[in-house]
Amino acid sequence: MTQDLLYFDNAATSCPKPPETLRAMRRFMEDGGGSPGRSGHRLSIAAGRVIFAAREILAGLLGVDDSLRIVLTKNATEALNIAAVGLLKPGDHVITSGMEHNSVMRPLRALEAAGVALTVVSCSAAGELDPDDVRAAIRTETKAVFLTHASNVTGTIMPVAEIGRIAGDHGILFCVDAAQTAGALPIDVGPMGIDLLAFTGHKSLFGPQGTGGLYIREGLEGGIAPLMRGGTGSRSEFEEQPAFMPDRYEAGTLNTVGIAGLAAGAGFVAAQGVDDIRRREEALTEKFLAGLRDLDGVTVYGPKAASRQMPVVSFRIAGLDPAEAALKLDERFGILSRPGLHCAPAAHRTIGTAPTGTLRFSFGYFNTEAEIRTAVEAVGRLRAW
Amino acid sequence: MTPEESYGVLLFQSVSYAIKAEKILLAAGLPHKLIPVPRHISSDCGVCLRFRSELRERILAALDGQVEIDAVHPLK
Ligand SMILES: Cc1ncc(COP(=O)(O)O)c(C=O)c1O
Repeated sequence: MTQDLLYFDNAATSCPKPPETLRAMRRFMEDGGGSPGRSGHRLSIAAGRVIFAAREILAGLLGVDDSLRIVLTKNATEALNIAAVGLLKPGDHVITSGMEHNSVMRPLRALEAAGVALTVVSCSAAGELDPDDVRAAIRTETKAVFLTHASNVTGTIMPVAEIGRIAGDHGILFCVDAAQTAGALPIDVGPMGIDLLAFTGHKSLFGPQGTGGLYIREGLEGGIAPLMRGGTGSRSEFEEQPAFMPDRYEAGTLNTVGIAGLAAGAGFVAAQGVDDIRRREEALTEKFLAGLRDLDGVTVYGPKAASRQMPVVSFRIAGLDPAEAALKLDERFGILSRPGLHCAPAAHRTIGTAPTGTLRFSFGYFNTEAEIRTAVEAVGRLRAW
Repeated sequence: MTPEESYGVLLFQSVSYAIKAEKILLAAGLPHKLIPVPRHISSDCGVCLRFRSELRERILAALDGQVEIDAVHPLK
């Protein structure tokens, strides 16, 4: 990335990636870039090892015991669609929150049109979910709760462990959208009561775009139909999709070069330690929130407490349209942010910022305190324009 | 393969399992090699894990409860 740009759009995709990510992708291609699981020759086996190594490192980060329970997908959206479309049938009831990204909301709305009953549990204006409201929404035919681990609009961290406990107590499946948190906030699927966990590779796991995955708890695959069917390199003599993990959900040649990068990015995260990454990002967020607090005419949305949110801050500057503000920040300060609805109209309705949306700054591990100071200064100066 | 040595192969549901087995056997220091599944054993296009026959029991013990094995075959 050009040196003088300040990148505050890490909730969309992280930038820069650690050099390890790029090196691993380059090495995979230079070494031959074989097709994993398709042939028995050395390049194919080498590609298979790359894929396996990625599953192992991801399993370690997410608290998954058996790495073959992780299905590799092209992003969190594909993973969430497998979970929602594969699991829910007409007559089922599903619960979600008013803070969801469209990658949860759109599949659920489509299923609703097809006869699945949907309850969207309201959240507070700061985007916070009361677990009691989820408990109250449960019916006898409730099949699952779909919940984001943290909002991509306000950064609000959801009470995932509590909801996991409630779901478990009622025999309901719990599917978590960890797009904003995997790699940036500790995740342990067992103690958190998570049955299905969707993650994306290109945000805090520092992989390239086109990577992601879905953890499926043991024993659930029988009740979750695959989205696609096709070649897997296994059981080729049969014309039916294999029933076993992860091949059941991995039809077609995988994005091995991307997955090589994802394994290296996730390896970088494991080496730094998720706790350390979290501490650093929390400190940056705290600094930015403190800076905005001193600026008249700036309204911040969400928890406004670094310990209760991801490094994602949504705000508005009085008299300035968010899109206009983002353009000025880009043109005059080289600051890259994201205005608008952030693919989450429900979340903006919840916090009262629909239909215009907000201006969102989202920080990452590679941002510095000096950059945060510059960011606050720039926002302060924008008010005068 | 030298003519005087005798080998067996392990078949798995898919390459992911074969590579998982490889990792466990590497850690256990048990020699083996991933090779294409010989045509006379299966028409599938995957890989299998070849081992020297005298290691059969030790290899099966190391993988027991760790990796699902589809079948064990002598090689020729
Ligand atoms: C909360 C949330 N869920 C899901 C997604 C979808 O991720 P992807 O576009 O990588 O599928 C995103 C980001 O775009 C997100 O922020």
